[in-house]
Amino acid sequence: MTTYNKMIFEVSQPGRIGVDLPTSDVDPVTLTDKFPSHLLRDSEAELPEVSELQLMRHYTALSNKNYGVDSGFYPLGSCTMKYNPKVNEDIARLDGISRIHPYQPEETVQGALQLLYELQADLAEITGMDEVSLQPSAGAQGEWTGLMIAKHYHKQNGQNRTKVLVPDSAHGTNPATAAIAGFETVTIPSNEAGLVDLAELKQHVNEETAALMLTNPNTLGLFEKDIVEIAQVVHEAGGLLYYDGANANAILGRTTPGKMGFDIVHLNLHKTFTTPHGGGGPGAGPVGVTKELAPYLPIPRVEKNGDQYTLNTSEKLSIGRVKGYYGNFGILARAYTYIRTMGPDGLYQVSESAVLHANYLKKRLEPYYATPYPQVCKHEFVLSGSKQKKLGVRTLDIAKRLLDFGYHPPTIYFPLNVEEGLMIEPTETETKETLDAFADTMIAIAKEVENDPQMVLNAPHTTVIGRLDETKASRKPILRYTKED
Amino acid sequence: MTKTIKFTIKHEWIVPLTDNRARIGITDFAQQELGDIVYVENAEVDDKVNAGDSLGVIESVKAASDFYAPISGTIVKVNESLEDEPEKINSDPYEAGWLVEIEFTDPSELEQLLDEAAYQNLIAEGEE
Amino acid sequence: MTARFRYLPDTIEDQQAMLDFLKMDSLDDLYADLPKSIRLTEPLTIPAALPESLLVKKMHQLAGRNINANQYSYFLGAGTYDHFIPSVVNHVISRSEFYTAYTPYQPEISQGELQAIFEFQTMVCELTGMDVANSSMYDGFTAVAEAAALAVTSTKRPKVIVAETVHPETRAILATNAEGLEYTVNTAERTGDITSLTCLAEQTDEQTAAIIVQYPNFLGSIEDLAEIKKIAQDNGALFIVSANPLALAVLQAPGKLGADIVVGDMQPLGIPMSFGGPHCGYFAATKKLMRKIPGRIVGQSNDADGKRGFTLALQAREQHIRRERASSNICSNQALNALASAVCMSALGKKGIQQMAKLNIEKADYLANQLREKGFPIHNQSAFFNEFVVELPVSTKDANQALFEAGFIGGFDLSGIYSLDTHMLIAVTEQRTKEEIDQFVAVLGALS
Repeated sequence: MTTYNKMIFEVSQPGRIGVDLPTSDVDPVTLTDKFPSHLLRDSEAELPEVSELQLMRHYTALSNKNYGVDSGFYPLGSCTMKYNPKVNEDIARLDGISRIHPYQPEETVQGALQLLYELQADLAEITGMDEVSLQPSAGAQGEWTGLMIAKHYHKQNGQNRTKVLVPDSAHGTNPATAAIAGFETVTIPSNEAGLVDLAELKQHVNEETAALMLTNPNTLGLFEKDIVEIAQVVHEAGGLLYYDGANANAILGRTTPGKMGFDIVHLNLHKTFTTPHGGGGPGAGPVGVTKELAPYLPIPRVEKNGDQYTLNTSEKLSIGRVKGYYGNFGILARAYTYIRTMGPDGLYQVSESAVLHANYLKKRLEPYYATPYPQVCKHEFVLSGSKQKKLGVRTLDIAKRLLDFGYHPPTIYFPLNVEEGLMIEPTETETKETLDAFADTMIAIAKEVENDPQMVLNAPHTTVIGRLDETKASRKPILRYTKED
Repeated sequence: MTKTIKFTIKHEWIVPLTDNRARIGITDFAQQELGDIVYVENAEVDDKVNAGDSLGVIESVKAASDFYAPISGTIVKVNESLEDEPEKINSDPYEAGWLVEIEFTDPSELEQLLDEAAYQNLIAEGEE
Repeated sequence: MTARFRYLPDTIEDQQAMLDFLKMDSLDDLYADLPKSIRLTEPLTIPAALPESLLVKKMHQLAGRNINANQYSYFLGAGTYDHFIPSVVNHVISRSEFYTAYTPYQPEISQGELQAIFEFQTMVCELTGMDVANSSMYDGFTAVAEAAALAVTSTKRPKVIVAETVHPETRAILATNAEGLEYTVNTAERTGDITSLTCLAEQTDEQTAAIIVQYPNFLGSIEDLAEIKKIAQDNGALFIVSANPLALAVLQAPGKLGADIVVGDMQPLGIPMSFGGPHCGYFAATKKLMRKIPGRIVGQSNDADGKRGFTLALQAREQHIRRERASSNICSNQALNALASAVCMSALGKKGIQQMAKLNIEKADYLANQLREKGFPIHNQSAFFNEFVVELPVSTKDANQALFEAGFIGGFDLSGIYSLDTHMLIAVTEQRTKEEIDQFVAVLGALS
């Protein structure tokens, strides 16, 4: 099956169809009578014409050329590729979840509003925040929502704060979001231990500071142990502390961003709370805030009055709307189902297993790969391919070689402050046997680099396609199918 | 009036063509660091810039880097052939891969730039 | 004895073996670097874990407290529609090779996803008449805001003009975005059911980055894109059209009427309503704007043997490379929903999509005619697609209550938005039968 290489447009034949729509039971309309002729199509949209079986064969063949968490180990750092529970999928597809309209009367969607209300409360508890909005569609939108809240808050207090501080190890989204929210980014260098340098931070924090954006554990998988002092420094200068929840899978039930002193938090439900990545989305990026910032949360807010759940759209200080309707409800229903499956004890075990797995794997690999940050890590860790680079093999080559053994490679060349970085996040849902097998493979590759580097340099050898010419794809882009004559 | 090539610490080169006109590009070192260049978002003719202002962005597959004006002036010509063949910057950074031509008013700005020896030292230091 | 969970495979022995290897005494040692002052000392106060059997029962009960489109017949649209979704859609997107995959950063093991998205991009280009499309955005609303941001940054002009007939939530989201990027949003008023061209022409000037209209607009009517394009062109502004992709099966492609950017939501094609999300924004543009489009784009390339393959292309535009210089911060796309709509479009095909669009037109037309016959004024003067506005003798709220009692979810209440206080926005999709429509008319006819 993996040799299939047809486009759906190439299996198409005029006259075939994959649905049977009902014939019209009302009076026919002649389009040219109803619409001005220049607003009617003058040529048909060339969609494919296939039978239902042809369609299924096509997409099944494509799925066979794709790798998901259900296919095998996916130690992709900072992405938290844990198991996506099947019951969550079933729940999200119930008619009472998937076939309800966002504008139908509140009285007819009390179950949906209850789910949202309870999920807000659960996430507030998990993050140690006072109030949560489930609106943002993804982490990046959550970040932007959070920074817009900071912007409004400072403005309301008559302060013109224009700068957002971001550590140099941060994901590119942080500075990009700051720019979109109208802030200037100031980059704070990390110290040798991979943590925020307090002295540097103090130098950059001042009356212009709107917020510091931080992940904790940070992108190197290390816990910012000076977090209390960091919070103090920022707060004393009148700034806010923003928690990027990308790495929340490490801390469930152990601590909360609220305890650490954060004012604004976003979570990625598609990471910590098992909603599937879907090949790139949809996700969900709820935002939590302290009581003081709650009036600025986006509208509508889900509230409870007596026995009734309601939508409130009239908060005066709110930053406004950030997304259509009430967030990615179908995703939120999955996360809700997961949290109900695990309960407090389960979530606690999730994090400690995730952290145990990361440390175990790290220690197994330490003799073979450079570990720039040897201390205890949290749910993920970063290796450097610097030893291998000296032998002429790059981290990219190691990643490609892993494909031959049936693994998804780790995140590579991130964070930017690690040379030839390999970022590994095993997650809690993998068995010890899997971790061991992966470690054995990584060790075997390290030996190959020494003994048979060509094997690694030319990898992958077993995939349906070799390394693609990415330069060509960006220099002379072909971004759609065009029929050859 | 020096006609020789000068460099910036951000890896641009500039060669005066006449008393008030010069050609600008990025150095061989810079193109190597960027890797295969796929696109140039170049300045536009008549843009007025100060020394140090961004002139545009050079994109490779995995990076996007600004390039900056070594001196102040007005852009009078851009290398339009880069639209279709950005790879010229990789293959011939000092000739066919030039980026813009600038008309300048203050030749003394040129004096503040690095000469070839100083630029080579800069690169050598960076690699240590 | 600690409770065991089915998603957590570590046995006591596994844990002990790993701790031994790490030379640690307990799992708490892994958290030794957490300052004492920030540690939680009590368990989280969230509800206790439920076994799957009980959880499923509870979730069915909760879902049962929502009225759904299998129980009632929906005449409600306003941006989200009850359309038919072929069974194949759910079967394809339920293949876990698709839905449990991450973003296709490793093309060698992601060819399925990449090709499916490449095909999706092609279908979006076909419907919109544009040169390039991205791999999808959060939703149609935020896609408009992204388009406006692109216009402002690429034209370096500080203002966009949005038609009053654009969805109110789109306009609200645009306002929030504009505050971040610090540009101005002006609204061009409507005359009746469509944008006032006079008003639009008066407001548009050389400071205008873009004109934004919706097609069909929020009131269901078809704006004359050709006339609006002239105004944009005269002032050097970009022309942004937010379009319903199903309507584009029969309506002229915005690209052929001069649009620079076409955005919208694929929800009508294969994506369940799901209380408003997740849906799937799309974003298409002219070739000229190709390198400024936000979000992921899949491109075709080949490997060393010349074999055709697909990979993420033009990544230098994106936030993970441009960081603070990026013009959008979007990281993800709605890949799985883009796949769903691609499957739906493939099932419908070139002819089916036209047939479906036409059913919508005919049923909406039939309902409007029936209402007219009963003496209800229809507000739309221009041609409409599957939605229109009717004036009622009572408030929309009261009318909807009567409809609800008869098994209908009535239309959208326009009071408070356009000072159309007794006006209802009604959507009629191919899902509505003549019988349902006749009953609907009968209920409204009994009001006064």
